[in-house]
Amino acid sequence: MIHAYQLVVLVPYMAALLLVAIPGYRLGAVVNVVASALTLAIGLGLIAGGQFVGDYAIVDEFNIVFIVINTVVGFTTALFSASYIGHEIEIGRLPAGFLRFYHAMFQAMMGSMNLALVANNIGVMWVGLELATLITVVMVGLYRTPQSIEAAWKYFILASVGISLAFFGTILIYLAGQPALGEGLPAMTWSLLQRSAASMDAAILDLAFIFLLVGYGTKVGLAPLHAWLPDAHAEGPTPVSAVLSGLLLNVALYALLRFKMVVAGQPAALDPGPIMVVMGLVSLIFAAFMLYQRRDIKRLFAYSSIEHMGLIVFAFGMGGALANFAGLLHMAMHSLTKSGIFFAVGHIAQAKGTQRIAEIKGLSVTHPRLAVAFALAVLAICGMPPFGVFASEFLILTTTFARHPWLALLPAFGLLVGFGALLLRLQETVFGEPVGPAHRVDASSVPMVLHLALVFVSGIFLPPALVGWFQRAAELLG
Amino acid sequence: MNGYDISHLLAGAMLVTSFALLYQDRIAAVLNAFAMQSITLALAVAWAAWSDDRPDLYITALIALALKGIVIPLALHRTVERLGIHHSVEKVVGVGVALMVGLALTGLAQALVVKVASGTASHAREQLALALAIVLLGFLMMIVRRNAVTQVVGFMSMENGLILAATGARGMPLVVEVSVAFSVLIALFVFAVFVFRIRERFDTVDIEALDRMRGDSR
Amino acid sequence: MTGHDMTGSLLVQFLAQGVQMTLVLLISPLAVGVVRRVKAVLMRRQGAPLLQAYRDLVKLVRKEAIVAESASWLFRTAPYLIFALTWVAAALVPSFASGLMFNWAADVVALVALLGAARALLALAGMDVGTSFGGIGSSREMMIATLAEPAMMLIVLTLAIAAGTTRLAGVADFFIAQPFAVRVSMALSLIALLIVALAENARIPVDNPITHLELTMVHEAMVLEYSGRHLALIESASHLKLVLYFSLLVCLFAPFGMAPAAAGLAGWLVGLLAWIAKIMLCAALLGVWEVSIAKMRVFRLPDFLGIAFVFGFIAILLAFLSRGVLA
Repeated sequence: MIHAYQLVVLVPYMAALLLVAIPGYRLGAVVNVVASALTLAIGLGLIAGGQFVGDYAIVDEFNIVFIVINTVVGFTTALFSASYIGHEIEIGRLPAGFLRFYHAMFQAMMGSMNLALVANNIGVMWVGLELATLITVVMVGLYRTPQSIEAAWKYFILASVGISLAFFGTILIYLAGQPALGEGLPAMTWSLLQRSAASMDAAILDLAFIFLLVGYGTKVGLAPLHAWLPDAHAEGPTPVSAVLSGLLLNVALYALLRFKMVVAGQPAALDPGPIMVVMGLVSLIFAAFMLYQRRDIKRLFAYSSIEHMGLIVFAFGMGGALANFAGLLHMAMHSLTKSGIFFAVGHIAQAKGTQRIAEIKGLSVTHPRLAVAFALAVLAICGMPPFGVFASEFLILTTTFARHPWLALLPAFGLLVGFGALLLRLQETVFGEPVGPAHRVDASSVPMVLHLALVFVSGIFLPPALVGWFQRAAELLG
Repeated sequence: MNGYDISHLLAGAMLVTSFALLYQDRIAAVLNAFAMQSITLALAVAWAAWSDDRPDLYITALIALALKGIVIPLALHRTVERLGIHHSVEKVVGVGVALMVGLALTGLAQALVVKVASGTASHAREQLALALAIVLLGFLMMIVRRNAVTQVVGFMSMENGLILAATGARGMPLVVEVSVAFSVLIALFVFAVFVFRIRERFDTVDIEALDRMRGDSR
Repeated sequence: MTGHDMTGSLLVQFLAQGVQMTLVLLISPLAVGVVRRVKAVLMRRQGAPLLQAYRDLVKLVRKEAIVAESASWLFRTAPYLIFALTWVAAALVPSFASGLMFNWAADVVALVALLGAARALLALAGMDVGTSFGGIGSSREMMIATLAEPAMMLIVLTLAIAAGTTRLAGVADFFIAQPFAVRVSMALSLIALLIVALAENARIPVDNPITHLELTMVHEAMVLEYSGRHLALIESASHLKLVLYFSLLVCLFAPFGMAPAAAGLAGWLVGLLAWIAKIMLCAALLGVWEVSIAKMRVFRLPDFLGIAFVFGFIAILLAFLSRGVLA
């Protein structure tokens, strides 16, 4: 009997194997979309399927949230890339031979992320995250321009260092759990570790958490460790940027949160909350200021991702049911909105043939519908009222305000700074005299519109079932 | 000579080769030092496999010996010759400073582990401290060397330290799997150097070139 | 104080210490002769006879000591002080027995201090006359010293942590009592001590004792102005220093055969023979080493001595870490 949690990993991997064998990119794109849709269906099925705790796998309400976001954005990105990549081949930016591997890698990446998400074994979780990272490295370097190779190399180096440090932290967690749980598999099983956290050596847990924070924090893109992120986003194909921002950062954050739950179980160990609050705030404010100097549109939104990951880490660092709820909600909203923005940016880059903000003026004249969608998406990520991001940001700020009024000023300040920068750039790109060429846009706008609609609806009305589900997940986080 | 002596000796020898990696200024010598370290790691893992009676670790030892002790150093030797960068390594800081920082990191590793793992058995603690020092020194090497090949070597040295730490943690499952996963990573690394012919992180220190890389010029 | 009534009266002890003092003095030119002889044989040269170093000393003593006009009193007194300091230091290192009279004073720290004082005097004397060679030699010697002495102190501390004492005899006793084992910290200390010993004795690759090439010489540059009995004293001091380091190495890392504190005459005799054999072996090994390696450029010396420092540092860290196991 194959469980749904196994399928959510197996289907993408099988699809990847299948895609390697398919030569034509049109058929490959179709298979890619179908496989993603199938994974999405299974992922949604997990909500109904209930919970499961095994030696290697775990399904609880907390990771279902992540898996569902993963499969949703994975599906829409597959849809987007089917039309987007076709255009890249037409203009000769990508040789068609690469496409076979592009789709296979896409599915393998989705499978690896899902593997990391369902893993109950901290070693398997690490392997899943490592594989997902490696595949994205190859995808970032896909265009093989000097810039993209440089970006991929930087990403490669920094991510590998992060991987190594996280692995050392994993070994330390094992050593901490060993006296209580015995040698072998149990001391690497997350659910058992969490249960017996109170009897673990606090000092080892401290050290382990520092390593895990630096290691996985590199992949989350937290401020001093973020250097790879803008390059990787800017130089890879746009669907990859969407997946990086919308999903991979989340999965790394997920791993960090799992370990936070273990460390929080030992009162004598250091409290992970304040550390995460500080790192989150530093990322948020730093990225907000960096937004002003960006001249590349994808880099701009890469920094915006750092900003929002900072806010999410801040919320989880605050802890408590309400702040965790707000953090989860903001993570979901950010994933949807940011990947939507990258879809829009992909359209713009194809329309204008460039990623430079200075050369993308007057979008409202040349591509009015795209301009409206882009403007709405940017307003959404800025946290403008009707959209879901507003709801989650509002919730984070109010919960912080209720507990530490002065502390709430800092994220509010960072968000305002970022808001200003994004509006400035939005105005530059959408209005003004059109510059440069205006190509036809081939890529499908369905995913972009879908994401915007989802964010819009969730800003106005969140179904009670969804709220209850997120609340239960937030309570698990403690 | 008891079992503890041997594992401790091998781990200590690995630490010494880590310093040799920091010290060497010719790429060929760096690669040789790395091969030495990997072979020592293979011995250490094989010893752990024998003394702890964990036959699966022999696979890890074999991977360390074959891949990192022989194949990769040879492949990198060839790459370096073909790229014509075998003369010297561009350094960000001098050997003296690098060694001093390396010593400080080694001290830090010991201090952390002694403080942290006071409860565990002393030999496990020492192994862990040495492994952490090797990891940190590999990290340092990646920072102070600009050249892509030496960065790869620095990473692999880091990874050697991790494998050492994992074998030192008694009964840790998945060590073999993780070492395989790491090998895939390393193979990709070497492949990247080989295929993309990355000479250095930046071919020139021209400010404009750096700006272009950041996408922020004009 | 160790050495109880087993070995009889104070007189016997006094004699034994006297034997050691004369022994190191007498054997040191022979050790140098062995080094030179081994090198000559390996280079397929005829070479000087084994006892040539003795003849050289005698010849120098007989000759007139010429002192430069610009030399001060320091220049004239330095050779005597250097010789005395080095001789005392050499006599302190336990050679054939560990329970000798002065052993309580044979503290490693004291040893380093004695040698440091001798070195400082030599460097001052080198600069005293005011020739450029003396100045170059002194400055290089000081550069080497600043690098070698911290390393030496680290080695000393490593041993002290392991044995729980800085007394050489105590360290030797500790290692005789231990079952044979390879400790990483000890192995690293040995390598570091070997490097320091090469540097301190002005051997290849740090300095070449047989050339007077102005680009490279260090020790010879400092003593260039000396002649006659002054030179004899300085030469003898450097011979003593060589034997001192040999003794130190074998005392710390190969103490087998050394007579314990309470051994009788027979034990002493065995110890004596073992010690002489070990010293000669060291001298022969040094000869082989010097033939097989080239002199380093002066600018690379910091790197070379840096290795000693790094090894000493790692050794002491490891010693700290494994204190529970070692002690």
